[in-house]
Amino acid sequence: MLFYDINKPNFMQGFLMSSIKRLLKKYGKNRLHLITFLKELQAEKGFIAEKEVQKLAEALGLSMTEIEGVITFYHFLTDKKPGKYVVYLNNSITSEMAGMEEVARSFEQEAGCRFGETSADGLITLLQTSCIGMNDQEPAALINDVVFTCLNQEKVKKIVAWMRQGKPVQEMVEEFGDGANRHELVRAMVKNNIRKAGPVVFGDFKPGEAIRKALDMAPEEVIEEVKKANLLGRGGAGFPTGLKWEFCRKEKNGEHYVICNADEGEPGTFKDRVILTERPQMVFEGMAIAGYAVGAKLGLLYLRHEYTYLKKYLEHVLQKMREEGILGQNIAGKGFDFDIEIKMGAGAYVCGEESALIESAEGKRGEPRDRPPFPVQKGYLNQPTTVNNVETLATATQIITHGAGWFRSMGTPVSAGTKVLSVSGDCEKPGIYEVEFGLTIKELLEMVEARDTLAVQVGGPSGNCISEAGFDRKICYSDLATGGSIIIFNKTRDLFAVVRNFLDFFIEESCGWCVPCRAGNVLLRKKFEKIAAGRGTLQDLKEIEAWGKIIKSTSRCGLGQTSPNPVLTTLANFRELYESRINKEADFIPEFDLKEAVAEACEITGRKFTEEHEHA
Amino acid sequence: MPEKIKFFIDGKECLAERGQTIYEAAKANGVYIPILCHFEGLKPVGSCRICSVRVNGRWMASCTQPVTEGMMVENQTPEVEEYRKAIIEMLFVEGNHFCPTCEKSGNCELQALAYRYQIMVPRFPYLFPRKDVEAFPTFLLDHNRCVQCRRCVRAIETKDGRKIFAMKNRSGQVRINVDRKLAAKMSEEEAQKAMEICPVGAILKKEVGFKVPIGKRKYDFKPIGSEIEEKSEGVKNE
Repeated sequence: MLFYDINKPNFMQGFLMSSIKRLLKKYGKNRLHLITFLKELQAEKGFIAEKEVQKLAEALGLSMTEIEGVITFYHFLTDKKPGKYVVYLNNSITSEMAGMEEVARSFEQEAGCRFGETSADGLITLLQTSCIGMNDQEPAALINDVVFTCLNQEKVKKIVAWMRQGKPVQEMVEEFGDGANRHELVRAMVKNNIRKAGPVVFGDFKPGEAIRKALDMAPEEVIEEVKKANLLGRGGAGFPTGLKWEFCRKEKNGEHYVICNADEGEPGTFKDRVILTERPQMVFEGMAIAGYAVGAKLGLLYLRHEYTYLKKYLEHVLQKMREEGILGQNIAGKGFDFDIEIKMGAGAYVCGEESALIESAEGKRGEPRDRPPFPVQKGYLNQPTTVNNVETLATATQIITHGAGWFRSMGTPVSAGTKVLSVSGDCEKPGIYEVEFGLTIKELLEMVEARDTLAVQVGGPSGNCISEAGFDRKICYSDLATGGSIIIFNKTRDLFAVVRNFLDFFIEESCGWCVPCRAGNVLLRKKFEKIAAGRGTLQDLKEIEAWGKIIKSTSRCGLGQTSPNPVLTTLANFRELYESRINKEADFIPEFDLKEAVAEACEITGRKFTEEHEHA
Repeated sequence: MPEKIKFFIDGKECLAERGQTIYEAAKANGVYIPILCHFEGLKPVGSCRICSVRVNGRWMASCTQPVTEGMMVENQTPEVEEYRKAIIEMLFVEGNHFCPTCEKSGNCELQALAYRYQIMVPRFPYLFPRKDVEAFPTFLLDHNRCVQCRRCVRAIETKDGRKIFAMKNRSGQVRINVDRKLAAKMSEEEAQKAMEICPVGAILKKEVGFKVPIGKRKYDFKPIGSEIEEKSEGVKNE
């Protein structure tokens, strides 16, 4: 019999090796699973120790730096020992508007440490993170992957007191949300807030009907039906889905793959969360239909880390589908094999970009690839891959059931069907609205009961900030395209605070690969601050616009190509706001304030700053 | 023989092999497109974006974009050149580049590009980031000068394919991370290769310096890119 003395160091070593060995046995010695390995190791102890990195590197034939590169790329992986409870407070603009600052201060007060730190007793780590998809119930936070919504000072006090008592995080959730959020495998306080269920995604749905119908058609006919329906990608880019499937099918060589992009990270977007909660089978059937259309046997659901709380439930849905014979081997007895695996993200906005998502699914840093080749040619494992958004796939399922004609009877000629919008910010009824394309902003504002609206951010930070002059514009691909994010700001809001929050978001989420996005956005933020501080001139307005265009034009992927939009669209639609902040008399004001810069030196030396020095 | 593709750079008719990138085809036709992160023989990664060109109103990196039939490439137009200049300036303010004290001065591609683009003062404010210098048995890595081109990441591997240099962090914090154990086993030749492949003075081999005096280095005689343009002149004169 073996006896371990836990006080001896080699006890831990034995423990370590065994967990890595176990992982390698479970998943195989393949770097493809690196992120899964790292997440499981972190789940054991809260972080990934250097020794584990070393062992993993040896086992996978990698260098330690390659693994460190992956760990340091993602928000939710860490090689530093955190507290027993790790709080990730969402810092998106809707959280700020709902009182994040107050909640943050009260976390700091109660925990006894600042954000970015761990409390002295090693109990609590406080961190901030980008949008976690809870914009209609802010301020929200993830605590050890459990979602906490509508936080306030009292709740924070209670939560931290529980932490001191050592209460498990899941037990801190006292009330569950609606619908499947109450399911025993979810048990989340998250609310769906479905305010308007439309006829497509939230319309009638008979499980199994669509996949059976699709399998009675030829794959080409399935593609043709989706093309006829004019289904455009719902993630925001609007690429024709049928065409994507056709391109993928036409690639003759190799295995084909279907990936469902459930990495909605655009601040203000939370519709995929609700679709996955209430319509998971519609999405999974859509994946199977896509798989049949392109000739794939395997589909991956790339689920953002923030939605970890849905994982077990989604696996359960998949298992049920297998048991009912509509997933797995010989689906519906029609000789088609297709299965779905869930791949977890680890926290990176850029992974919503399809080629970055594929890199991440392969266990690497989520850095976008150069195109060509496109994912439909060389995607996952360099094989033909179709990557589609959650809503796109759910919609495809309904198109197969009800037909292209039914679908095209809704929306506009260019933008057929409906769009699921996630509405947040200043309105009475934030939440989910499935509306037909062609709805004007004005109509939407009435529907959500928004009053005294100053601006509407359509499509999140990478989209467009619309002023009242644009409220007659329509939500559709040929006018205001959106992946679903609608954030409303009323007249009490400072748009400069909004722009600042968005710029910080892009700076934080840039993968750092290309110069214009990595360096350019930091410089854009500096120029913006100069203007916001009242130190800008007309020349600065010209420059910030020119710099924004350079970043947009020369960046490598969609993130950089849209990152200056917060500045550029507010500059276009709220120019008077910028003009009111600048100094119209001065030709030039230097970057820094000399008086302010020497203030500390003046104090130390006891000398006074005088005007002459300024002109010296 | 496979048929060549006809395309145009600033109106000049050019021929390309199928599969060639815009940069490669331009070079073969005696047209210089500035590059920094790209290094011949390595897989292009399009990270610096200095080779950006415009095709039918769309911007693309010429080191990664293949030529297609009839493509009209804008290369030396004022706007394209202006954008490239801006990117070079971004690199200068993003790091800490002090040419007069740098061993690579005269052999540095970033410096040579700045001269070619006649950069006097960058339009952007200096960020003066706090960066460090790391020492390894055979070489130094000065993060102040690194432009994150990833040449070392791509070029230097162990025999069994492990990366000695890899990227760490993301956004503005992104940096080259060296595997200490593997770097300790690097030979003098490998260190030399790493130094030569580095376009700037970030990777420097230890115990050699100023072997060639300043003033007699590669770009002290002719501006960067002139080797390609001269070839084109030569063709014209023949």
